[in-house]
Amino acid sequence: MIALLIRDLRLAMRAGGGFGLGLAFFLIVVVLVPFAVGPQSSLLSTIAPGVLWLGALLACLLSLDRILALDWEDGSLDLLAVSPLPLEAVVSLKALAHWLTTGLPLVLAAPVLAVLLNMPSEGYEPLIMSLLLGTPALSVIGTFGAALTVGLKRGGLLLSLLVLPLYVPTLIFGAEVARRGMVGLETTVPMLMLGGITCGAIALLPFASAAVLRVNLR
Amino acid sequence: MSLIVRDMAIARGGVPVLQGVSFDVQPGQALVLRGPNGIGKTTLLRCVAGLQPVLSGQVNTDADRLAYVAHADGIKSVLSVAENLSFWAQIFGKSDISAALEAYQLAALADRPAGLLSAGQKRRLGLARLLVTGRQLWIMDEPTVSLDGEAVHMFASAIRMHLSGGGAALMATHIDLGLAEAQVLDLAPYRATTMAGDAFDEAFL
Repeated sequence: MIALLIRDLRLAMRAGGGFGLGLAFFLIVVVLVPFAVGPQSSLLSTIAPGVLWLGALLACLLSLDRILALDWEDGSLDLLAVSPLPLEAVVSLKALAHWLTTGLPLVLAAPVLAVLLNMPSEGYEPLIMSLLLGTPALSVIGTFGAALTVGLKRGGLLLSLLVLPLYVPTLIFGAEVARRGMVGLETTVPMLMLGGITCGAIALLPFASAAVLRVNLR
Repeated sequence: MSLIVRDMAIARGGVPVLQGVSFDVQPGQALVLRGPNGIGKTTLLRCVAGLQPVLSGQVNTDADRLAYVAHADGIKSVLSVAENLSFWAQIFGKSDISAALEAYQLAALADRPAGLLSAGQKRRLGLARLLVTGRQLWIMDEPTVSLDGEAVHMFASAIRMHLSGGGAALMATHIDLGLAEAQVLDLAPYRATTMAGDAFDEAFL
């Protein structure tokens, strides 16, 4: 099982693998926001948690269609379906590889980019915690969307539309944790909700992804 | 490890293509499927491999002992030949790829990115994958496409070795492999004549 994870990470790191695509997009969004809304530092620090969360979510969305489409195109997915690995494990590992190459770099970059938005330093810890807790759900939900649209030419549009409503709860509670943490309020409740959504997605969605993949591979 | 198919009916995209197909493949045997384009050879192989459900009939085999080679080889072009092979070996719980590289004369190409291989070399890599799986029943869809004469010979000797080791093979191919021991099943007489009445939804799945 570890072989599939290592292969996916290796593919992402090599030329054309798309590693850094999400990170670059995140950087562009956050750098451009002060130009768009103006340089008032009080306004920027107010919107910083929301902008950072939204940027991270969109950056994640950008790379979703690569999760399964490439393997479908070159036939690997058929061969993996016949291999000893259960499809549930395949989609879980794909989601994990996506998180390691997209979600984790976003988490690490967020505090650096938060400086650009004049975020007070008390807000860094809740921001990192909320992204660390929330981005795995984005990858798992995204893999489910990718499994639904695998085999469709240019399925990226449909994938985005399918996945966006599923991302809303994570965005609401994630940004809420970051915002409350920044202004010094209690973050336990939104943090628990965010953790609950992530745990639920990790526990249930791999089975749904594998089931739709079986139908799509027919 | 035997494959027993009884009275199988299959559909492609909701349209029945074959019905009443029965055959056995016992250890040490090879069965070659023949038939005109569109008769349903690929669909039949996908049904046997478990990728697709059959309309009716039985397919008795052990899904944990078969390996499947499709039209597409599942090769990652940015990984080297050796990396591609070792990945599949690890997926199937094996680690040694040297015998497979040797059998298809890929040892000299082992460090080359698979994207730089020719079509025939890629096909050889796809077939070498079978050797690292350690599975007993090989299901192959047009295995000799884009292979030259010498490579077809390598393929035939790999099949012979597999059969003599108690393995079995089921393949769809148009060319003569020079395998005297292989049985041939012509699928043309099994073309489906009746429309399946309740398969309407199937076209949308």
